[in-house]
Amino acid sequence: MSKVLPRKDVVVVGLGWTGSIVSHQLAEAGLDVVAIERGPWRDTATDFNVGYMPDELRYAIRRDLFLQARAEAITVRNNTGQDALPMRNYIGFLPGNGVGGAGVHWNGQTWRFYDSDFELKSHLTDKYGADRIKDLQIQDWGVTGAEMDGYYDRFEKLAGISGKAGNIKGEIQPGGNPFESARSDEYPLPPMQMTYGPSLFADITGKMGLHPFPSPSANLSKNYVNPLGIAMGQCTYCGFCERFGCANYSKASAQTTVLPALMRMPNFEARTQCEVLKVEVPKGAEMARGVTYIDSTGEEYFQPADIVVICAYQLFNVRLMLLSGIGKPYDPQSGEGTVGRNYCYQTNAGTRLYFEDDKKFNPFIAAGALGQTCDDYNGDSFDHSDLDFVGGAGINCIPSNGRPIETRPTPPGTPKWGAEWKKATRDTYQSSLAFGAQGSSYATRGNYLDLDPTYKDNYGRPLLRMTFDFPDNDLRMSHYVSDRMEEIAKASGAKQYTVSRQKKGWNSAIYQSTHNTGGAIMGTDPTTSALNPYLQSWDVHNVFVVGASAFPQNAGKNPTGTVGALAFRAADAIRDQYLKAPGAPLVKA
Amino acid sequence: MKRLLSLALAASALVAATPGFAEELANQVMNGRYQAILGDCSGCHTVSGGKYLAGGEALVTPFGKLVPPNITPDKATGIGNWSYQDFRNAMTRGVGHDGKHLYPAMPYPNYSMIPDRDLKDLWTYLKTVTPVDRKVVANQLPFPFNQRVVMRGWNMINFTPKTFKADPDKSPEWNRGAYIVQGPGHCSACHSPKTLLGADKSSGAYTGAELQGWYAPNITGAKRRGIGDWSEDQIVRYLKTGTDGKTTASGPMAEAVTNSTSKMTDADLKSIAVYIKSLPASEPAAPKPLAADDARMTAGAAIYRDNCSACHGAGGEGAKNLFPALKGDAVLMQDSVAVPARAVLFGSKGAQTAAAPTRPGMPALGWRLNDTQVADVLSYVRNSWGNAGAPVAASDVATVRKQGR
Repeated sequence: MSKVLPRKDVVVVGLGWTGSIVSHQLAEAGLDVVAIERGPWRDTATDFNVGYMPDELRYAIRRDLFLQARAEAITVRNNTGQDALPMRNYIGFLPGNGVGGAGVHWNGQTWRFYDSDFELKSHLTDKYGADRIKDLQIQDWGVTGAEMDGYYDRFEKLAGISGKAGNIKGEIQPGGNPFESARSDEYPLPPMQMTYGPSLFADITGKMGLHPFPSPSANLSKNYVNPLGIAMGQCTYCGFCERFGCANYSKASAQTTVLPALMRMPNFEARTQCEVLKVEVPKGAEMARGVTYIDSTGEEYFQPADIVVICAYQLFNVRLMLLSGIGKPYDPQSGEGTVGRNYCYQTNAGTRLYFEDDKKFNPFIAAGALGQTCDDYNGDSFDHSDLDFVGGAGINCIPSNGRPIETRPTPPGTPKWGAEWKKATRDTYQSSLAFGAQGSSYATRGNYLDLDPTYKDNYGRPLLRMTFDFPDNDLRMSHYVSDRMEEIAKASGAKQYTVSRQKKGWNSAIYQSTHNTGGAIMGTDPTTSALNPYLQSWDVHNVFVVGASAFPQNAGKNPTGTVGALAFRAADAIRDQYLKAPGAPLVKA
Repeated sequence: MKRLLSLALAASALVAATPGFAEELANQVMNGRYQAILGDCSGCHTVSGGKYLAGGEALVTPFGKLVPPNITPDKATGIGNWSYQDFRNAMTRGVGHDGKHLYPAMPYPNYSMIPDRDLKDLWTYLKTVTPVDRKVVANQLPFPFNQRVVMRGWNMINFTPKTFKADPDKSPEWNRGAYIVQGPGHCSACHSPKTLLGADKSSGAYTGAELQGWYAPNITGAKRRGIGDWSEDQIVRYLKTGTDGKTTASGPMAEAVTNSTSKMTDADLKSIAVYIKSLPASEPAAPKPLAADDARMTAGAAIYRDNCSACHGAGGEGAKNLFPALKGDAVLMQDSVAVPARAVLFGSKGAQTAAAPTRPGMPALGWRLNDTQVADVLSYVRNSWGNAGAPVAASDVATVRKQGR
């Protein structure tokens, strides 16, 4: 029997990027907000102490800050013909845990999607015909890029993003990305200072006629005070971003941009080490009553609330909806149902150049988003008329670190161990440079999420089951971009190079990306989307679900910028529309 | 603001019959509340995170432990049974409800300057505070100091009740600042050196003093150790937000900013700035800085580079509102290294205010730097970028480490 707590206006599930932004926006509107977070409280000075934060073994290898499979695993398989098995360890992707979520240990690459990405189905159908995308389950988002601009802008200013705009109100800006969709304002900070590797990459690709530009970065190029009055420090280029918390207040996260203001608000409360088990929705009802959660002592509570905002990691947003009976589970056989639909990922490939000894890249001078990008082959930047795929990839030269355990590049033909290997790692460390293609991932009928029929968690709840493999379209896209990378490699003058090629049979035991998307997608049609364009559940009207789970498909870009923008959009919708008529759907089904 | 209104409303409800009187009472409550801010009552009488004015954390004095009592209007454990006269006696004469002498950790020598009208309003306000049933054993001193009667002798030597005398040659602003600093603000309680008996020394007022393992720095017009080089705006900003952009309030001052100065009016903060800038500069001449090739400096430079420079900058320049600039920092120039040594050993958190909500934290490094290393890095920062200060000995650091957090 759970203990019933006094009601709140809003309960927010998860206190990462989206939970913090939504909580702050709603608390600012005067609502009583409680955020319930499964993991621990985390704070820069205490938990990301500059004296031990650059500990590669603890954080990068042993993955100290991440969700551990013993707390919650998921089961995976490539297709419905296989039996899914539980991951014993999160390796292929690394969901966060604790306050700040995955936003604590991200690299900081902060993109806007293109206007065409938001209206992808309409755009591609108009341009290339419906036949071209018939094997894919591509959908429009129900929001336009122009509508997203203001939300992107707020997130960029909150986080102090350092970059160079490519297109301000239709005017192409020198030094930025010429393929960028129009934006209303410049980034709040200029790009970071370039290191040698990305500078060389820009030089090579520029000479080839491509359009390199500085990758937008949440590692700050200068000291900054954000609109909430919170101060951040200039990045020190220490190269400990991804998998680490930032000790220097230089990487945007909930801790460095929102929480100091949020935690002082008397109408906000955070409860950490409390795991939400279920959103309570009476059978057939259109309103949730609140959430049931369990604290670290095993005590169970019911927290009544007028509004429930689910802000956990993408996978766990979808799972919580399924466990709570919010929306109809997706069935890949019939193609019906919405929750679990359109799970997407990222289709990546890498290139490594091996130069003569005269090149010294000093890879240890780095930051998670310090680099150069060519978007010439991303999204629909290039004409696909004569190609056999849709989508594309950003080609990024972002040597995010030169940490000693993991940064051991060796040229092809080097033994995997022994004296020769050791010598090669010494000889190659300074003179090797990598870049990669981060490709779009488009939905298919067979890639989806549901509840596992066999495996359960510590509380007896079914685990989430992921069924995923790279769609043929995405592999064709990725191979095309790998060919383009090979052209760059050839032009680089490197004495040797390798170009990887993505292939069928996605493997969860090799790290590829923590850009899991979809499963609780937004859209204008309740039969093909779980959420309306304001991230409100079509089925349970006081439930909003915020995160990359809302992406109908994923672009060839890191998702955090869009996730942050969507958090502002959902919060605005609640503040400005929902509160005027609580319980009503913001869009008529 | 909501809270203020409800207090005012509660007060007016008591006397709902006569609107004029109710308004007057509301004004008294509001003014009384502001007096509680000026006097920073909650700084001592509220436990961090605890119920407002229901008793504070123990004060460790050279004579032993004193615990600030519950001053909510609870009858059993607070001051609910006191009369205004009792309160006035306590505030201005250091004599409590039961006729027992208070210890001067309660700054009645300063509070005795508060005029009757403000004191009455403060009393009116205190009666509107939520009563809390919380028993506090205030006197935890050892014998003979636990004998309150000894305070009679102390008072004879050290205390004459004062009224504030305005200096007609100075501006009203200066006088207002002087009143706040000497009177309710009781700045001398921390910033003035003490006699062996724990009273303010007659000379060297506001030139800095040790207390509770911290060191409250010089706040006179001294250029190197004090605030002589600060602009009035800088001082106002520091008191209002906890940082002037360069340095950051830490330790007990961070609490004073959070609970008291950040809530004062801008006009009062400006007055304080005008007054303290006029305090006679008092500091010894700067010593010759340690030579850059001194072994302590070379060791300190290496430690600084590895542990400190990422935030405080290779040139000690810091980052606005976030990381204190060490170049030219007055706290480093005091005789005592208690504050910087504590920061390095145990870490430190700044004040958090509405205008500067970041509350940056200095991480603890005492677990990875030994006393000699801490001493060397402190010697280095005290003698770099134009700073000049006596070298720090490992034994100084050991003392601070032993005192603990």
